[in-house]
Amino acid sequence: MNTRRAVSARREGASQSRAGFRDLYNAWLRHHRLSAADSLFRVLDNPLSSAMTWLVIGIALALPVGLNVALDNVGHLSTNWDSPAQISLFLRDGMSSTKARELQATLAQRDDVAETRFVSREEALEEFSALSGFADVLASLEENPLPNLILVSPHTDDQNTDVAVLRKELEALPEVAQAVLDMAWLQRLNSLMDLTRRLVLAVGGLLVLGVVLILGNTIRLAIESRRDEIVIVKLVGGSNAFVRRPFLYTGLWYGVGGGVFAASLVAVSLWFLAEPVGQLAALYQSSFQLSGLGVMGALNLVILGGMLGLAGAWLAVTRHLAAIEPH
Amino acid sequence: MISFERVSKRYAEGHDALREVSVDINRDELVFLTGHSGAGKSSMLRLIMLMDRPTRGQVSIDGRNLAAIGARGVPAHRRDIGVVFQNHQLLFDRPVFDNVALPLMIAGYDHREVGRRVRAALDKVGLLERERAMPVTLSGGEQQRVGIARAVVGKPKILLADEPTGNLDPALSAEIMQLFEEFNQVGVTVLIASHDLALISRLRHRIITLREGRLVTGSSV
Repeated sequence: MNTRRAVSARREGASQSRAGFRDLYNAWLRHHRLSAADSLFRVLDNPLSSAMTWLVIGIALALPVGLNVALDNVGHLSTNWDSPAQISLFLRDGMSSTKARELQATLAQRDDVAETRFVSREEALEEFSALSGFADVLASLEENPLPNLILVSPHTDDQNTDVAVLRKELEALPEVAQAVLDMAWLQRLNSLMDLTRRLVLAVGGLLVLGVVLILGNTIRLAIESRRDEIVIVKLVGGSNAFVRRPFLYTGLWYGVGGGVFAASLVAVSLWFLAEPVGQLAALYQSSFQLSGLGVMGALNLVILGGMLGLAGAWLAVTRHLAAIEPH
Repeated sequence: MISFERVSKRYAEGHDALREVSVDINRDELVFLTGHSGAGKSSMLRLIMLMDRPTRGQVSIDGRNLAAIGARGVPAHRRDIGVVFQNHQLLFDRPVFDNVALPLMIAGYDHREVGRRVRAALDKVGLLERERAMPVTLSGGEQQRVGIARAVVGKPKILLADEPTGNLDPALSAEIMQLFEEFNQVGVTVLIASHDLALISRLRHRIITLREGRLVTGSSV
């Protein structure tokens, strides 16, 4: 009898160790699947309150992301306008167009010059009268007050100093009356954008923190409402990880839903703005179009939401679950 | 199988729940634990389940000192013990099947094995046809039998019961006790806390009596 029991015990032990890691892994995977599905059903079971949570998270995420998209668009716009700067060479009076074109050709061969364009005084006058609305006044003038103009686009774009040096060199040319580098406004815009970017980053950081806290609180309430169940699960041998899992998934689903809402909000806002922006661009004779998040951006937003959800849930779970013990 | 060695338990508020209790419960034994409420019955069960730790003395299960089990080891320890509670402790938002399956889900059995074992346990307690019922639709006796099915579904070597017949009429109580005897006959060590002396004295098993935290009778077979 005793030996038989010993043999059967050994057999059990053997089968247990054979089961081993693979079984443990399968069990772990199974519970993950189960928790994920169960949490999703619970979230979807209360569509109204879940939608509220999603919306809150969505708005909190959409604000900084939307601002960032707007800044990116302004960035595109300013590079389109002037990349990065253009030097206007006003030529001395009395210089013939042929000579001016020769100068343009020699300038175009310089290594640090990307592009040159010659605007003759006649062309300049035409353009000016067409755009300014002073056509009558200009026509009444005896002679064309405008000089010949060569527009020079420097090659090295991002280094201001090079461009400034180039401007000086060009101004030193005997044919050039004045060389104007209109960059100040661009620099101002750039530094303004840097400032705004930092502000967006700071506000975004605060809102992200807010999202984590909101989710933490939501999960805390979920934990409270299932306190009895947690006690029972712990009584029959559920580990902390086992109890934690469904709540982490709940946080994940809230976060992912919030990310989807945020991406939709940004997309809807851009769609809402697209028409007036198009009209405005048309007034400036630009084919500028708003660029949105894109598929990858939206995906990243959803992933970010999910990660924040997990973080919030983790915060709540570590703070509140351990405190619930059977009594 | 279960051994208490000069175990004392004093709660934070200064109440002495157990004083120098020493007792051994053998493998395959069925033992009743009795005494007035507050005599220390529940405290002994709580120490076995590691819901509490003794203030002094040593509790061992199967030769293993429970003091050696850290917080991380508590869930695994509880999975080796089946427990039946007086107030059933069922999940009321889930059907009978899910309640009984809970320990197996925690242990990570695959669903075929879960179904097989849960049905076997429900069959044993006579509730096989109620597996899809919600606990609220069951009578007190039936709820208690769901609790028993949940306690035995993982085939534990030890089964604890805290006032399992507390709210039941005598006929139902006798039925429940008979169930425990059947589990004991297939080799499960059973420890039942109960103050229903009339019932347990009829059943001819060892009775451990506690009074104000001290062991009065039944310290050995």
